[in-house]
Amino acid sequence: MIDTVLVPPEHTVPTVFTRAQLDWLPWLEPLAVDAMTERHMTSLVDAARVKSPYFRLLARDPDALEARTRTDKDIFYNPDAGLPRAERELAAAATSRFNGCLYCASVHARHAATYSKREADVQRLLDAGVTADLGERWNAIVASSVALTATPSAFGPEHVDRLRRSGLDDLAIADVIHAAAFFNWANRLMLSLGEPAATAGP
Amino acid sequence: MSRTDADVIDALVGITPGSPLDAIRARRPEARAHAQATYRALFAPEAPGNVTAQERFAVGGFVAGLHGATAIAVCYAARLAESGASAALKEAVDAAIAEARTNGPYGRYSAGPLSREDTAGLSYRVGAATRRTLCPRLAAAFEHVHMLVFHPRDAAPAALQALLDAGWSTTDIVTLSQIVAFLSFQIRVVTGLRTLAGRP
Repeated sequence: MIDTVLVPPEHTVPTVFTRAQLDWLPWLEPLAVDAMTERHMTSLVDAARVKSPYFRLLARDPDALEARTRTDKDIFYNPDAGLPRAERELAAAATSRFNGCLYCASVHARHAATYSKREADVQRLLDAGVTADLGERWNAIVASSVALTATPSAFGPEHVDRLRRSGLDDLAIADVIHAAAFFNWANRLMLSLGEPAATAGP
Repeated sequence: MSRTDADVIDALVGITPGSPLDAIRARRPEARAHAQATYRALFAPEAPGNVTAQERFAVGGFVAGLHGATAIAVCYAARLAESGASAALKEAVDAAIAEARTNGPYGRYSAGPLSREDTAGLSYRVGAATRRTLCPRLAAAFEHVHMLVFHPRDAAPAALQALLDAGWSTTDIVTLSQIVAFLSFQIRVVTGLRTLAGRP
């Protein structure tokens, strides 16, 4: 069989950053559920992800997918000290805002708002972009994430100093680095293998 | 960077056992182990499929070079040489880096309110001399890789079609995309942790 690019069904293209739930439509053929081997299934880590075309597409390289997912979970969910979950999500949202990934930004802006209870600040990041004034501690986290996301990197000792002045210890700073770095991984897959779509929901 | 299982990020940052950064990385043990597992999956895969070791390391060197991460690029270039690549291929990777380096992220949004944030930048096409050394398959990959590194929001189905036309299967494209995306993570972790280590 000759592989082809998929033409997504008719859909509404989101044109602003949003905290609303979005769909994601693949441009390449995900594995069919009934064609997936045991290895493909275990590479999903969470069995429920079999419903996701994104994860069934990435399951074509199962070793890379499983290692990606286990890296992701420890960076964002490990509860042992460091940066609070809300601010790991803020770094992810800021990175996604700067790279231009509407889908990733929507998911992680929702998480950042949920865990911080600072919906207005998170929405300001989405609306105004990464130079929005969110208060010094959040500004420091956003600026550090953005500097590290630039290619080549613009992250320097001044960012470390600013994070420390905002009260982050070195484990928390390492969490900012990992959260921003991880979304440079995630954004590139989400942006290049398919596209976001507004959901028809309420 | 060796073929053994020594942790690549530790090696690139210069983390030694018992150092403060060793202790910090130990607090996120799954992230540390699985960043390394991803490196193994992409650069020493048990089932390499259709993507050759030379293609993997050529792309690795190109991505690191585009990031201006010279020390990391040197490591991937060394692995490329070990994989049996010709000196001409290594020179072509270096030439492509010189042709293609710019500053990101830039790109365009779907027409609408975000269009005011559109930023123009290079759409890289491999130069004629470089293209003669890279086979068409690798030349197509490099053009895609450049987009992923610097302006991923310009991604479109046509870019994937160009890869399919150059002989990359759907599964190969997933692997190629993971290589570029993972390196975008690895290089930033190394850059960030090195900066942190330099500020005791």
